[in-house]
Amino acid sequence: MSGVTVGIAAWGLVTGVAMAKSGMGMLLAVLMSLTVFAGSAQLATLPLIASGAPLWVVWGTALCVNLRFVIFSATWRPYLMHMPRSRRLWVAYFTADMNTVMFMKRFPEPRPAPEQWPYFWGMSLTNWAGWQGASLAGIFLSTSIPADWGLAFAGTLALFGLICSLLVSRSTWVTAAVSAGAAVAAYALPFKLNIVVSIAAAVSAGLLLDSSAKWYRERRS
Amino acid sequence: MNTVDGLVAVLGLVVITVVTRGFFLFSDRQMAMPRWLERGLRHAPLAALVAVVAPEVLLTQGQLLETWRDPRLFALAAATLWYAWRRTMLGVIVTGVTVMFALRQGLGW
Repeated sequence: MSGVTVGIAAWGLVTGVAMAKSGMGMLLAVLMSLTVFAGSAQLATLPLIASGAPLWVVWGTALCVNLRFVIFSATWRPYLMHMPRSRRLWVAYFTADMNTVMFMKRFPEPRPAPEQWPYFWGMSLTNWAGWQGASLAGIFLSTSIPADWGLAFAGTLALFGLICSLLVSRSTWVTAAVSAGAAVAAYALPFKLNIVVSIAAAVSAGLLLDSSAKWYRERRS
Repeated sequence: MNTVDGLVAVLGLVVITVVTRGFFLFSDRQMAMPRWLERGLRHAPLAALVAVVAPEVLLTQGQLLETWRDPRLFALAAATLWYAWRRTMLGVIVTGVTVMFALRQGLGW
């Protein structure tokens, strides 16, 4: 538990520094930290915001990064459906990566039980406090950290670690390779459209590979 | 970016957090997700993350790297080794930042 919170706090610190260095201003950075509460989407959109990308590209990127939560929300359904809608959505706001994974490990049986909620809130509020404390510290400390230490690169490294953890099969490697190639090759496009091009190309390639692998398996059996 | 644009951007991001995390919890009725959509959703986060990270690492002022003596490459290589060894996120960040700092301050890259 504490190990997880330390990891989340480090990630929050990095995000706080990245927000402060993006030139969005202290006040907006604090607001973003306290309300958006989605570290990887924040880190992914900061370079786009800093370079003046159009809003729809910023939002489209955040949406894609957050699509994993859509899948998570389907797994949360059986645990939450006995609650009224407003309560469900309130819980959902706090379902980040780590507490979803840990909750599903602790309660693999997909049905509601009263002992689930003390566990959920204890873990989620601890992580929330760790994240926000570190993120705000990052925002306020960043001015006293010299730029030539290269700490701005920490945000990229955090995303890189996340990418490593998502590379679990051959088709995910193809998705990553296509996305990297397309994002670099199409970099000259205006409005950061290279991001959009590369997501479209990479998701198509991943889906194509998945379905051709399935087709191949069916032919063999 | 001016303050109003920034505010609108942040408010949009809040909506995206709420909508994605609550997506299948809004409706009272059970909704089935088509298989192809579920598979597509699994690839999208990885694609978006790589799309943002790759140019940050491989390009300088919009041009492909011309030298291998770039601290970013060494920081990433060290971070990759750490990940292969220990698989912890915190270690990936700390290793990469340490190598970056050493090359910048020590060798003046």
